[in-house]
Amino acid sequence: MSVVTLKINDIDVAVEAGTTLLDAAKEAGVRIPTLCHLDGVSDVGACRLCLVQIEGIPKLLPACVTEATEGMNVTTETPELQEYRRMVVEMLFAEGNHVCAVCVANEHCELQDVAIEVGMDHTRFTYRFPEREVDISHPQFGIDHNRCILCTRCVRVCDEIEGAHVWDVSGRGPAAKVITGLNQPWGDVDACTACGKCVDACPTGSIFRKGTTVAEIDRDRGKLDFLVTAREEKKWTR
Amino acid sequence: MAKTVVIDPVTRIEGHAKISIFLNDAGDVDDARFHVVEFRGFEKFCEGRPMFEMAGITARICGICPVSHLLASAKTGDKILAVQVPPAGEKLRRLMNLAQITQSHALSFFHLSSPDFLLGWDSDPAKRNVFGLMAADPELARAGIRLRQFGQTIIELLGAKKIHAAWAVPGGVRSPLSEEGRQWIVDRLPESRQTIETALGLFKQLIDDTLKSEIDIFGKFDSLFMSLVAPDGTWEHYGGHIRFVDSQGNIVADGLREEDYQDFLGEAVERWSYLKFPYYKPMGYPDGMYRVGPLARLNVCDRMGTPDADRELQEFRDRAGGRCATSSFMYHYARLIEILAAIERIEQYMEDPDLLSPRCRSKADINALEGVGVSEAPRGTLFHHYNVDENGSIKKVNLIIATGQNNLAMNETVKQIAQHYIHTNEIPEGMLNRVEAGIRNFDPCLSCSTHAVGQMPLHVQLLSSDRQVLDEVYRE
Ligand code: SF4
Ligand code: FES
Repeated sequence: MSVVTLKINDIDVAVEAGTTLLDAAKEAGVRIPTLCHLDGVSDVGACRLCLVQIEGIPKLLPACVTEATEGMNVTTETPELQEYRRMVVEMLFAEGNHVCAVCVANEHCELQDVAIEVGMDHTRFTYRFPEREVDISHPQFGIDHNRCILCTRCVRVCDEIEGAHVWDVSGRGPAAKVITGLNQPWGDVDACTACGKCVDACPTGSIFRKGTTVAEIDRDRGKLDFLVTAREEKKWTR
Repeated sequence: MAKTVVIDPVTRIEGHAKISIFLNDAGDVDDARFHVVEFRGFEKFCEGRPMFEMAGITARICGICPVSHLLASAKTGDKILAVQVPPAGEKLRRLMNLAQITQSHALSFFHLSSPDFLLGWDSDPAKRNVFGLMAADPELARAGIRLRQFGQTIIELLGAKKIHAAWAVPGGVRSPLSEEGRQWIVDRLPESRQTIETALGLFKQLIDDTLKSEIDIFGKFDSLFMSLVAPDGTWEHYGGHIRFVDSQGNIVADGLREEDYQDFLGEAVERWSYLKFPYYKPMGYPDGMYRVGPLARLNVCDRMGTPDADRELQEFRDRAGGRCATSSFMYHYARLIEILAAIERIEQYMEDPDLLSPRCRSKADINALEGVGVSEAPRGTLFHHYNVDENGSIKKVNLIIATGQNNLAMNETVKQIAQHYIHTNEIPEGMLNRVEAGIRNFDPCLSCSTHAVGQMPLHVQLLSSDRQVLDEVYRE
């Protein structure tokens, strides 16, 4: 096992080769905001919230998909990075229809948390008010595309942990959306095992249990962690 | 030459209210119109939403009475789930509504209206508010503020901070009252009762004396009255059925079910208003004008159902000189009696172990595709009507709110006040204060009417028949 040493915000850290900068930062006690990252599933670098600055590299790189290498000098907080992160969150708000006041995830929402973290109090972009659907054809769950930020956590959790691969992404640009099955109503998708992992994975109120009312969402994130450690480390207790 | 007086709100208020008063050639008031510019897109944007979100969404329509929408929406949801709400769930919902009635009526009386009564209609507007009241009668002002807080705290104890988060849900409520919560209520009850008894005593003195003339001028006319009553005719705020009485107190219709509201309520549309004008269908428009709210509930019921409130109801009817009080000014009086009734009922509930029971919510799937729910909001009967598809997705929403139902009566009241005060080409001093007070009888849920500090911003224009401005008064 080879070890690499690097500096994150002037803190020296030593991590196993192949560790991502996000994990290395955690090791160093440095918090980097994320949205598309979910412990236990692969990273895709979709949200760009975890951008960091690396000495000698002209562009900003996402920490969740960048490997730590020997001698790296990483900075996670600069005025430029703060501005970028804020902009990313503002764009997410302007892109969908996020009405926190009546959302099932109000006060239990990672998008909200991150908005607060990056100091966003309004968006400088024009709201797009896209026309998007709500699918509540599944007997237990519903998806409200208005609140989806296309992080693909549902896609990965369903594929990599549950092994059902109900979710996917279809379309491009503004037409991109997560779909169930072959873009069928969720209730018609036989592959769905109704395990509810996508509810636990979704950072917003996009995927919810039916019957959930405003601000009532209840996720069991611990379950995902448990399943991952159970498999990787054969620890079957919570 | 016929003239028109227009009283317009200035732009900084949100709940736009505009008043036009039409003069005939003799310079006397012919008609009055109280225009409410209502946001009507609301029903549209609920379409496609999951039914379970409706309680939370509708609670956001109105920052003033979210509890009323929560309850009406939850009751509509009960019908769509086709479930029986557990007894604890129903009692907890009732407790919240009683608390809502208390806090809302206390706001209306102590904060908004009593400065008018106690300091005089024409006293310095800068002082004619709750702060002025505090200076003039600190005891009363403080007690009033605490009474409102009593109601608000019960709501918080039940729904936590999350009143907008829909504590009342289809099938019941999310959580019971805690023992500490119950204890808090028990401790504050005696003080609250004391306050309402003092206020009632004071108000009765005033209407027997200095406010006597207001009773005849501020909206005294015949109309129907509608509200919920219990199966045995007792005052209701949550369940029971709908009853109409006339000005003499004769029962016009009884045992009406909310599901059939379209059969007995018509909604007239007038070219000059965005608000629809509900009327009692069998009598046609506008003869079917009816009033809702505290005055209606007292006129409609046979008894209050609690000893002290019943005694007060008897006195109220004696003062009104009959079974029904027809002056809209009596809304204030009715509000105080309702607070007393609410407090008495809360007292009775405190002994009930059900309030602490966790079995307060029935869960079910969509079992009916349509539901109508009704409850008595502080301002009057509130209907929610939803159609859903088999997944529970909203197809159609119709809401009938209290302020809309009192629309015709508010017009009538403004007209009566205008007739009394306007006799020339000029807008007389003090007229605006009277019109404002006339509207406040109904405690309408417009932000302008609930300006706790200061007065309603108004703009009055006196126009001739060829739309020439003869006189103009701005009041910010
Ligand atoms: S539904 Fe939720 S988890 Fe899936 S992509 Fe959208 S926001 Fe992410
Ligand atoms: S968390 Fe790294 S790009 Fe989203």
